Amino acid sequence: MIELRDVHKAFGANTVLNGVDLTIPKGESMVIIGGSGTGKSVLLKCVLGLVTPDSGQILVDGKAAERASRDAFLARFGMLFQGGALFDSLPVWQNVAFRLLRGAQKRPKAEAREIAVEKLRRVGLKPAVADLFPAELSGGMQKRVGLARAIAAEPEIIFFDEPTTGLDPIMSGVINELIREIVVEMGATAMTITHDMTSVRAIADKVAMLHGGVIQWTGPVSELDATPDPYVQQFIHGRAEGPIESVR
Amino acid sequence: MTLTSPLAALGRQVLGALAAIGQITLFALTGISHIFRPPFYPREFLNALMQIGYYSLPVVGLTTLFTGGALALQIYAGGARFSAESVVPSIVAIGMARELGPVLGGLMVAARVASSIAAEIGTMKVTEQIDALTTLSTNPMKYLVAPRLLAATLAVPALVAVGDSIGIMGGYLVGVTRLDFNAATYLKNTRDFLEFWDVASGLWKGAAFGFIVALAGCYFGMNSGRGAQGVGKATKTAVVTASVLILAANYLLTEVFFSA
Repeated sequence: MIELRDVHKAFGANTVLNGVDLTIPKGESMVIIGGSGTGKSVLLKCVLGLVTPDSGQILVDGKAAERASRDAFLARFGMLFQGGALFDSLPVWQNVAFRLLRGAQKRPKAEAREIAVEKLRRVGLKPAVADLFPAELSGGMQKRVGLARAIAAEPEIIFFDEPTTGLDPIMSGVINELIREIVVEMGATAMTITHDMTSVRAIADKVAMLHGGVIQWTGPVSELDATPDPYVQQFIHGRAEGPIESVR
Repeated sequence: MTLTSPLAALGRQVLGALAAIGQITLFALTGISHIFRPPFYPREFLNALMQIGYYSLPVVGLTTLFTGGALALQIYAGGARFSAESVVPSIVAIGMARELGPVLGGLMVAARVASSIAAEIGTMKVTEQIDALTTLSTNPMKYLVAPRLLAATLAVPALVAVGDSIGIMGGYLVGVTRLDFNAATYLKNTRDFLEFWDVASGLWKGAAFGFIVALAGCYFGMNSGRGAQGVGKATKTAVVTASVLILAANYLLTEVFFSA
């Protein structure tokens, strides 16, 4: 379970998170929606420890991440980055098996490669892709490799940062389905940030809307359409008019 | 604008510069501490050694070859003014080993390596690859910075040694073919006048310059701004900073090594 309690973060005079409270129960898929620049990525990076909050608490299974046990803490996480963030100096299989080739979870090379090929197969990529370099792959394939890397070490918690950005609608659908299947299959806790409503409906058990540095609304995905919250309504229907100011 | 505005602006610049020096120093100390603490990444180290050392050989070799030749011509022309043409072999050897080998080697490596390290790490930063390393339980300082610092500190002295030899050879070739020196006498003079400390001091300088190059590349890469412009700026700043620091360090080390 992930709990965020009164998390604040500002960059200079720009307050991004202004008291975020959010609970993601174990095994559930939480999707955080919100406009561009509302701090969704910052929130995600706070949980991962890539950004240090100014105040507030972030607890995973009731415990805060200590600096000393940071690696062990991160070993439980998998993350799919928006642009894939694949290491372009390494072939695909070494990207996928990165964690399995070094550190605490190190295994023999042959075994790590076998797992990488299996994870690539799981995300619909052929074994021949394993020896290519990331620059030789299309955007959709890079996303799949990123997904394979995120699940390679069987994490308990997986983060997805804008998983469908930059993909065509069909590839977006494929990635959404894959994410849903994998999360259910692994029983993992998932936290996704997106502004793609198709993704939200395909991936989410619960939805939280971030606006103005706070969680504006949270509830099951089934209640998303019926909620009277004007912020949510404006966002999910993509209206220019409403409480959320839009720049023309 | 008030009367104190220029002073305030100057103060801001000075504070900014001091803060930058502090940050680079802390970065360097953290990088050094990671060289000695496990886990180690030998593959990254060997890769950096190849990139920084082996692949810099042609550029360092060519630079020192031509410089050695030019140095022989200049010393000959200058020496002729007071009938001291015979000093060419010894001055070429001492000049290459003490100064030109390490400084030119360091500057060429700064141009070639500080830029590529800053561009590579900067691109990794803007494409979130550094964040990805962290989420994969790998410390970027340990995985990216420490191996490069160590590799450059070890590789540049080796490059300087090769550069010294090629530079002296450049002087020899010009001396023998253009200035009518006897080949055996030229080599004998070189050997007789070159002392151990002439060479060793140059190698120590090489180690210091190698560290500076890798430090500038890594620091400005890791602190790169966003987008292509950010990476471009990081690359430029890394090369300029490394070059200026090499020349400043060269003066300081020369003071330390050779002032009476």
